[in-house]
Amino acid sequence: MFLILDAQWLAPGIRRLIVQAPHVLRHHQPGHFVIVRVAPESERIPLTVADTDHDKQTITLIVQVVGATTEQLCNLETGQSVLDVAGPLGKPTEIKKFGHVVLVGGGVGTAVILPQAKALKNLGNRVSAVIGGRSKDYVILEQDLSQHCDAVYPCTDDGSYGYHGFVTGQLNELIADKAQPVDAVIAAGPVPMMKAVAEVTRPHGIHTIVSLNPIMVDGTGMCGGCRVMVGDKMLFACVDGPEFDAHQVDFDELRDRLTAYRTQEKRAWDHKPSGHVCKCKVAEVPS
Amino acid sequence: MTLKASERMKIPRQHMPEQDPGQRATNFGEVNFGLACEAARTEADRCLGCKGAKCIGGCPVGVDIPGFLGALSEGNLDKAADILFDANVLPGITGRVCPQETQCEALCIRTGKSEPVAVGYLERFVADWAREHRTTKVQHPPATGKRVAVVGSGPAGLTCAGELAKKGHQVTIYEALHKPGGVLVYGIPEFRLPKKIVDSEVEKLKQLGVRIECNIIIGQTYTISDLLNEQGFDAVFIANGAGLPVFLGIPGENLKGVYSANEYLTRVNLMGAYRFPESPTPVIDAPQVVVVGGGNTAMDAVRTARRLGASPATLIYRRSRQEMPARVEEVKHAEEEGVTYHFLVNPVEILGTDDGWVRAVRCQNRELGEPDDSGRRRPIAVPGSEFEVPCQVFIEAIGTRANPLLTQTTPELKVNKWGYIEVDDKNMTSVPGVFAGGDIVRGAATVILAMGDGKKTAAAMHDYLLNQD
Ligand SMILES: Cc1cc2nc3c(=O)[nH]c(=O)nc-3n(C[C@H](O)[C@H](O)[C@H](O)COP(=O)(O)OP(=O)(O)OC[C@H]3O[C@@H](n4cnc5c(N)ncnc54)[C@H](O)[C@@H]3O)c2cc1C
Ligand SMILES: Cc1cc2nc3c(=O)[nH]c(=O)nc-3n(C[C@H](O)[C@H](O)[C@H](O)COP(=O)(O)OP(=O)(O)OC[C@H]3O[C@@H](n4cnc5c(N)ncnc54)[C@H](O)[C@@H]3O)c2cc1C
Ligand code: FES
Repeated sequence: MFLILDAQWLAPGIRRLIVQAPHVLRHHQPGHFVIVRVAPESERIPLTVADTDHDKQTITLIVQVVGATTEQLCNLETGQSVLDVAGPLGKPTEIKKFGHVVLVGGGVGTAVILPQAKALKNLGNRVSAVIGGRSKDYVILEQDLSQHCDAVYPCTDDGSYGYHGFVTGQLNELIADKAQPVDAVIAAGPVPMMKAVAEVTRPHGIHTIVSLNPIMVDGTGMCGGCRVMVGDKMLFACVDGPEFDAHQVDFDELRDRLTAYRTQEKRAWDHKPSGHVCKCKVAEVPS
Repeated sequence: MTLKASERMKIPRQHMPEQDPGQRATNFGEVNFGLACEAARTEADRCLGCKGAKCIGGCPVGVDIPGFLGALSEGNLDKAADILFDANVLPGITGRVCPQETQCEALCIRTGKSEPVAVGYLERFVADWAREHRTTKVQHPPATGKRVAVVGSGPAGLTCAGELAKKGHQVTIYEALHKPGGVLVYGIPEFRLPKKIVDSEVEKLKQLGVRIECNIIIGQTYTISDLLNEQGFDAVFIANGAGLPVFLGIPGENLKGVYSANEYLTRVNLMGAYRFPESPTPVIDAPQVVVVGGGNTAMDAVRTARRLGASPATLIYRRSRQEMPARVEEVKHAEEEGVTYHFLVNPVEILGTDDGWVRAVRCQNRELGEPDDSGRRRPIAVPGSEFEVPCQVFIEAIGTRANPLLTQTTPELKVNKWGYIEVDDKNMTSVPGVFAGGDIVRGAATVILAMGDGKKTAAAMHDYLLNQD
């Protein structure tokens, strides 16, 4: 059992959980994820380690409610526990001196770029973060990122805050700024966003990494469910990734594979014994 | 009363009572019920007690087969159990899953003249009797003060841990998944190997003082060097299995509805998808399922699909029935359950609907040519023989390769060109104090070989630990 030391809503449907998990800390590096099981009958779900605190022996998870399991997790309060936390898993992010790195976070993907920002800044990179959300309420971690970034550019689809438009619009502007040439881009977020980022950087030949989120089961390479096509290679995101060269990834296939359980996910959602008791304020039933 | 050999020869092989095929094709209960005591003793009477019994040589761990059958035939179950457990610590499991027909039973002197003695059934019988009737006297030998880490809780890891604990070493097993047992829990289905049997083995280990830490991935959470240096273990046994599924590399493999057998079986067995939505991990429902492969994994996948309602549930295999590596009993059981076989057929493409779901698999016939390296006749493609088999789920069970998670963070560990760990005749790796066994050394093999490795390595580790200072 892993104790939750703090649980807060960051945005409607997005919760931050600070969980005691000393074993994950030892080899944790940015880019790693963990597999969580909330309770004995739960699914195994992959979640990025968004932050760590070696003094308190905790990891931070930032979770968006998208289905039955994430809802179950987000309904937990400070003082409650999750059953299992296995990790750290995956390969760490390529952290080196690039020069100017732009991190792009969409929605809960912003959780992925936070530890990267820290590590890249420590190596002396210039770090810019472009973070997007539907509207002002959905832009998360701006404060946290600004502690490690040279500049943070919030973007909202509806223009209620920061740049009016998608993160790719803001990214284009940064690339166009010849005063601060962009040497590398790392993006994490919804698949269409990552695909769009790849298309923005491709003509400029900017080294671009994306953090993929296929459906996983074991997270240890044993099942092959997380396979993605990168170039002409079939790779397993849990052991070969989850970060890959954006210009090589087949995003359309990934996006399609993420819909494989739509009907079952609806059933799982409807099956919850207590009905929909989510405290997240948005009833974001999987569509 | 001792029987004459001629009388023994007259006794027919006893039948294994089993669930009715029509019924069992709809549930996950065990297929075989096990012999009743009377039948078991009668079957044991069929053993001629040969001097220099060949069957022993067919057993990878050298069980004294005539010895335990003799005790059983006398009705001395305790003695039978002692003899059996002396060589095989997991007989309740191997009695159910060993390929007896190519091992002990193949060498039974009766084979050919009549049917071989049903060694597997009797092994299972004695083990089940012992589990239910014997209160294991937990011996706590004097502690040696030595600590051993075991990586992986499959049959190799469980066996090694038990043997070392019995010698007084303090053992901790690290398991990557949330439940111990390895393939025995995530791969082999309940209808062949009830999980309560694996659970009871795990329970026994705990009583012996073995600690089991799940959700720890060695190579990620801790490295081998952490175990030896910081955590103060005196030796390590690596038994992380083979693991990574191989895919065919044909078009259409990323359509929705294509699974590796490992994923399909893990979803159903370990994660309980057959109880969805009570158990929240789903598996795609499909009226028609095709599985490719000819081994136990393929059989388990196709029979699982059948139980989840697939009709037809079809198995395609590129060689012929005789060459199937699966246990003969499973091939027969599957057929009785309504599984359809297509032999000498290979998939060449998986066809999808416009919205990305599997709709059929395009296959091509094969004919048998000259024998290949394995001695089996090589299947050769027959051009122009393509045909489609409709299905909505397509499962690949064509083998596994070495999981690199652990070895890639331990570069000093010597591996061969396929990534399997190299060991010496004592199963020690290139790193002193680090031993390995089971599938990660042999490539995909069997439960009994993994168990045998665990046992043999435990003995070598015991020597190593005592001579360490
Ligand atoms: C390496 C990795 C890191 C991740 N990190 C985070 C994180 O830090 N925070 C976070 O909130 N989520 C993260 N995810 C996604 C998260 O695992 C899924 O949202 C979760 O498994 C959904 O479970 P559920 O039962 O609530 O929803 P379900 O009912 O299973 O699914 C609801 C919808 O979510 C989508 N979905 C299902 N599984 C995934 C998945 N693995 N990834 C993306 N979408 C999925 C499906 O398209 C589905 O329609 C990560 C995924 C991966 C692979
Ligand atoms: C579906 C299926 C059916 C089979 N049927 C039969 C049969 O009928 N008869 C037969 O004899 N054989 C059968 N086999 C083969 C047999 O199961 C294997 O040969 C045997 O289980 C190998 O044992 P092992 O202990 O080496 O590894 P495994 O049983 O594979 O166990 C390895 C364990 O290590 C864990 N692990 C992996 N990496 C790490 C890590 N880095 N850190 C911690 N833990 C880790 C895994 O999660 C796993 O639990 C079958 C195999 C499959 C897949
Ligand atoms: S999640 Fe099973 S192999 Fe990656």
